[in-house]
Amino acid sequence: MSAVLSKYRVTRRQVLIAGTGIAGSLVVGLPVFAREEEGERAIGYFVQINADGSVIIGAKEPEIGQGLRTALPMMVAEELDVDWDKVSIRQMPLGIVKTAEGYTWKYGGGQGVGGSTGLTSNWELMRQAGADARRQLIRAAAARLGVEESQCGTKPGVVVCTSMNSEIPYADLVVDAAALPMPEDTTPLKSVDDYRIIGTHRKTIDAHDIVTGKAKYGVDTNQPHMRYAVIARAPVLNAKVASFDDTAAREVDGVLDVLRIDGPSPGEPYLILASGIAVVATSTWAAMKGRAALKIDWEESPNATDSSVRFWRENAEMLKNPGQIVLDDGDFDAAIAAAEATVTRQYRVPFVSHSPLEPQNCYAYVKADECHIIAPTQMPSGASRAAAAVTGLPRENIRVDMTRVGGGFGRRLTNDYVAEAAMISMKTGWPIKLQWSREDDIKNDFYRPGGLHEMHAGVDRDGKLIAWAQRLASGSKYYRRPDMPDENLFGAELYIDDFPRRIVDNIRMEYFHNAIGLPRGSWRAPAHTANAFVIQSFIDEIAHETGQDPLQLRLDLLGESRDLEYSGHGGPVFNPGRLATLVKFVAERIGYGKDLPEGRGIGIATHFTFGGYAAHAMEVTVVDGKLTIERIVAAIDCGLAVHPNAVDAQLQGGTIDGLSTALGLEITVKDGQVQQSNFHDYPLARIAMVPSLFETHILPFDDVPTGVGEMGIPSAAPALTNAIFAATGQRIRSLPIAGQLA
Amino acid sequence: MVSFKINSEEVSYEGDADTPLLWVIRDHLRLTGTKFGCGVGQCGACTVHIDGAAQRSCITPVAAIDGRDITTIEGLAPSVDELHPVQQAWLENDVPQCGYCQAGQIMAAVDFLKHNPSPSDDDINKGVTNICRCGTYVRIRKAIHRAAELTAGEES
Repeated sequence: MSAVLSKYRVTRRQVLIAGTGIAGSLVVGLPVFAREEEGERAIGYFVQINADGSVIIGAKEPEIGQGLRTALPMMVAEELDVDWDKVSIRQMPLGIVKTAEGYTWKYGGGQGVGGSTGLTSNWELMRQAGADARRQLIRAAAARLGVEESQCGTKPGVVVCTSMNSEIPYADLVVDAAALPMPEDTTPLKSVDDYRIIGTHRKTIDAHDIVTGKAKYGVDTNQPHMRYAVIARAPVLNAKVASFDDTAAREVDGVLDVLRIDGPSPGEPYLILASGIAVVATSTWAAMKGRAALKIDWEESPNATDSSVRFWRENAEMLKNPGQIVLDDGDFDAAIAAAEATVTRQYRVPFVSHSPLEPQNCYAYVKADECHIIAPTQMPSGASRAAAAVTGLPRENIRVDMTRVGGGFGRRLTNDYVAEAAMISMKTGWPIKLQWSREDDIKNDFYRPGGLHEMHAGVDRDGKLIAWAQRLASGSKYYRRPDMPDENLFGAELYIDDFPRRIVDNIRMEYFHNAIGLPRGSWRAPAHTANAFVIQSFIDEIAHETGQDPLQLRLDLLGESRDLEYSGHGGPVFNPGRLATLVKFVAERIGYGKDLPEGRGIGIATHFTFGGYAAHAMEVTVVDGKLTIERIVAAIDCGLAVHPNAVDAQLQGGTIDGLSTALGLEITVKDGQVQQSNFHDYPLARIAMVPSLFETHILPFDDVPTGVGEMGIPSAAPALTNAIFAATGQRIRSLPIAGQLA
Repeated sequence: MVSFKINSEEVSYEGDADTPLLWVIRDHLRLTGTKFGCGVGQCGACTVHIDGAAQRSCITPVAAIDGRDITTIEGLAPSVDELHPVQQAWLENDVPQCGYCQAGQIMAAVDFLKHNPSPSDDDINKGVTNICRCGTYVRIRKAIHRAAELTAGEES
């Protein structure tokens, strides 16, 4: 078990405080999501077995589309041994407990989804919750029958005692089971060979609610006496309100109040993104009309001259001088001097926006001594901290409920919109729902950092890579993080253990920070999206420059299955042989090396992302500057695929996200203002981009799962640009691709 | 005052005539299956049927629907126990990821299939323009083909 898991592992006594619900339900844990008004009194952390044999399993993590609301209950149901069609799901709120040492998790594990850890961090906890509940049912049956526990087993929903020729449904045992003290020893978990639910194809548990419009997202929140709020935010980065005239706004029918929101000063950590004026009204539309009628004068911002043009020029200038050496394996200078051939290239990766389709929103009701937040968030604990920072209330008095989330992509790791909602509710005293527009969202984001990468390689007489350098000038994601020393800013942008470290002997990495005023944050697979594009493009270029086959060069470098040390997120090891297996697989599937007509080409790329492995092969046609993606083969190795249907979905969606972004998306700044505003100038891909020939494959490896939410993205873009090169001889070194094809 | 039918019920709205239909549906009528995505008719998350034709409700002022007949995702299924073939096809192919755009995708697909009962992939590429940020397009395409089959089966 990893250190993180151990740290949050709940004590057995905490998990297994058992009691009886009023409907004869087995309760394992403490009541956390009971619907008291419906007569349910005590529901455990994760499991409730009803008198009719149906089972309710608590979903502790936010659902952003990655499928955890299905996958985690699958783990519980597997060990509990119940039929999947008897299971329904109920969302749990944030659970934190105050202790002498500070706040800790209530349910025995953290809550929050990011970094593709939602499944792996719950792998032990969820299975154990199911196994412990099953054990108590067995012990209750054994006691009733007067036999040893070891003489009883289960089949779905039933305890079976063969020696007594007896079968007792779980529902008949719940009262006895709940009264039993927990055993001292740890209940063993099933062997992988015995799984009936884990690893099998299951549908998304909420799909029926979604296709009938019943599923509730943050925007759908409706609470008694709720008012609606919008904010006019500063158009220029870090600008503050000088003065405002709300006369016309207050005349708009339905507008109830207008108030000032103070954002952070330049350089300060972000609680919210921008200063502005909030309008509160009796409906969303009235609030929007009120906002349109505001007259606001803004103070001059120190970022008023920030521009993308200047940012990219500065990056190029920075790279002419020495930067901060963040990795220096072997002797790069000697190796590059001794190389038979050298290759140097620059690649540009732009700023991009998350643009989840559900615009940011949050319900907040701040009272004198308590606060209620309902939000679509990836980090409910962050929502709690944001509300506490605004209100000054102790966190145990802040209730955070999670809705289904209309897309995460890393945007909702940050709870700035929760802080804004809390500010408005606190100032007005009303329960309010803050609604962002699409324009608010695209212009106020924690963007994926843009950067200019300079790559150097040295190859010996045999074509072997002997020297490698990556020099990056970028706006670090860690910009304006509290207590972040400048020398650590590189850590969010250069992952020093990534391929080809420990494969090429002489490696240097160098970083230059460019402090443009655009806010930055985690965008699905953060720096892997940039680095996979750069590294997998550069490998292709080295191969072509030195007369080698790009596929063979990759396979030579990746080599056999073996564990390399990997200290970054997704470690502790990286097995390049697992990438080699995927690369070979996708190359064979797509027919790498086959004869192709003029203007058609195949590209390959692969990347290790946060513990998971993926590869892409793509076939494209480029005719008169018009690109058609003809075929995509994507493969993932996520260890044991717990919920293969969702793995497949994430690989499809990740690939499309990677391509959509590489093809057409960029955020730019001029005069301190973000220039994009909606989907007409931030054109997310539509179905026409996606080829009819699109296949996904899950290659199994061992019996431990990795995450899957981010692995599908990083190698998609370089597979595409490598294919474009193969088709045309044109190398794309700057993203997005749009407008570059001749 | 604007009066119209929504999911077979007569309703009226007395607020601003320029209020987009989307906000009347969501805030006033409390039917929240129809989603707000862009507000400018780009993404299609707000797609509803007006007299049977798919329209983007975020750019349709309520004044324009006086006397007309609106169907939202909540009113698409023929009964509580029975789904529309497009919803059924969406379930069979397990299309949704985050799910936020899917009501709009389904409403758009229903209208698309009326005009293209047996579509090719190229027809779909040209006629289906809703945005899915999660990239469920592979399954959306399969589901549209499946819905075409289901519909043809019903009619034969």
